[in-house]
Amino acid sequence: MSSTNNYILGVYDDEDEVLHAVSEVKSKGIKIEEVYTPFPIHGLDTALGHARTRLPIAAFMFGCLGLVCAQALINYTMVFDWPMIIGGKDFFALPDWIPITFEGTVLFTAFGLVTTFCISNDLYPGKKPEILDIRITDDRFVMAINVDKNKKSAADIKKALKDSGAVEVNVK
Amino acid sequence: MSHVVSPIREKLVTGGKSYHDVTHDICKQVEGEPTKEWKWAFGISCIIFAYGAYCLFYTWWQGIGVWGLNKTVGWAWDITNFVWWVGIGHAGTLISAVLLLFRQKWRTSINRSAEAMTIFAVLCAASFILAHMGRPWLAHWALPLPNAFGSLWVNFNSPLVWDVFAISTYLSVSLLFWYMGLVPDLATIRDRATTKASKFWYGLFSLGWTGSAKTWARYEYMSLILAGISTPLVLSVHTIVSMDFATSVIPGWHTTIFPPYFVAGAIFSGFAMVQTLLLITRVVFKLEDYITIEHIEMMNIVITITGSIVGIAYLTEFFIAWYSGVEYESYAFINRATGPYWWAYWMMMTCNVISPQLFWAKSIRTNLMVSFFLSIVVNVGMWFERFVIIVTSLHRDYIPSSWAMFSPTMYDIGDYIFSFGLFFTLFFLFAKFLPVVNMAEVKAVMKGVSTNYPAKKAKASTKTDE
Repeated sequence: MSSTNNYILGVYDDEDEVLHAVSEVKSKGIKIEEVYTPFPIHGLDTALGHARTRLPIAAFMFGCLGLVCAQALINYTMVFDWPMIIGGKDFFALPDWIPITFEGTVLFTAFGLVTTFCISNDLYPGKKPEILDIRITDDRFVMAINVDKNKKSAADIKKALKDSGAVEVNVK
Repeated sequence: MSHVVSPIREKLVTGGKSYHDVTHDICKQVEGEPTKEWKWAFGISCIIFAYGAYCLFYTWWQGIGVWGLNKTVGWAWDITNFVWWVGIGHAGTLISAVLLLFRQKWRTSINRSAEAMTIFAVLCAASFILAHMGRPWLAHWALPLPNAFGSLWVNFNSPLVWDVFAISTYLSVSLLFWYMGLVPDLATIRDRATTKASKFWYGLFSLGWTGSAKTWARYEYMSLILAGISTPLVLSVHTIVSMDFATSVIPGWHTTIFPPYFVAGAIFSGFAMVQTLLLITRVVFKLEDYITIEHIEMMNIVITITGSIVGIAYLTEFFIAWYSGVEYESYAFINRATGPYWWAYWMMMTCNVISPQLFWAKSIRTNLMVSFFLSIVVNVGMWFERFVIIVTSLHRDYIPSSWAMFSPTMYDIGDYIFSFGLFFTLFFLFAKFLPVVNMAEVKAVMKGVSTNYPAKKAKASTKTDE
């Protein structure tokens, strides 16, 4: 988001009020760009109409990959590359490999999931954040509305935000 | 959306805090000059660390012959300390992952420091793994790396190799979980930062976090999945540690009860260590409104329950040793309780089985001084548990001519001191430079669980509650 005076920001001081305001503002035909909050508010993403995240699917895929990689490594080393007789058991000693297969699955799931999360949200070390209001990470809930993407006039949007309980309305 | 909370529930955040108060209370620790108490505490832990580092260096330089090990007792303090620290390292992930899955809101103000403690405890444990190898510079031989010996691989059927994978996975996943939990709070500090250095460092690690609804929704899913995979992970770690012993054929180690017994013991000692640290932290950083008596009481209840499970495990083990009819097994256990190490056994029994039962009395489990004292007692007891399992099972070998006793040298003690120095140095650094309470999570549970929440907001919340 660039700061070209295209954004009207409704600033709220309560999580339930901002959640309520989202449906109120939307019912007036105003398109909300995004809402920024200091902590997660359950139901806010669905109220905004965001699609459900596909992160769980990614996590499952990474888990499968981890399982396959762990099994491939163990089978290659213990069965094909250098088979050794240990305790008179089969080279293919699957029950003994469950712990490491499990750890590999968890390891791949965790790192794959977090990497996917960071990529999908465009988060990386040293990224310059686009901060609409410095108090978002403290105690303010900010509803951002892009004037260009709305048919309503700026004055109408400001009024709608005020009516929905915003304690401040700013332009950025 | 704030949830409806029963009015009979104790408040999780007291003192009528607003969201801004939370930010202010937690950030001022990070932003202000270090206090005199912190400088003293940090200085002392650095001295302990330095002395320990000398002992550890000497151990590495000379080899583990400087320890008090002998031909009969080939594993003693090294592995005792390792298992002890790994056990302690279970509480953090348990609090943040298992309690998240069970939707226990009281975890929010203690999970950050508990997770930090977990990571530092696992690092301490790792120092003993490295030291007990004798030649720590060859530690990478425990990994399945291509090598110059005709591709001789590690033995994936060995519990020791499972342990390498379990501990390193646990350490890295815990670190990741902890760091991702820190990101929103680092952004808070970044947005409040006034100096150039803090703007740079907190900016670097906060990943450009803005707190958009979309990011938060994904973040919540990510936390839930990480909690879901960390829960079996944390249980697997001590299970695998116990298999280091249980898959051997030494009487006293070769028991199938070990995995659940070790896991219960790990949770028990981990919660005790969290209790010790929290009771200090809440006073030093004036966090009495966030870490309340309610939190302390909850922790004590977990300690009582896991302590009782451990007690049952001790008794079961003893009963099965007799009931199995294996005389070696019976002897190992009778020798534990009545042999030359009887004092260690009864120390363990008193500290772990009897002392937590005192928490059945509400007046005791809500008393800070008693809780603090008993949390240390529990950890002393848990150290003795590992010592008893390891040394007493070994010291009476099969032939009486090879019976021996173990006595530690200054390097056994010094290496143990090293781990304390490392642990406290890291913990004090964490407490100074990172927020000790998860601000975002605490704010998220405040409504309905905080005192004197403004009436206007309470009304607004009833309007939208489901």
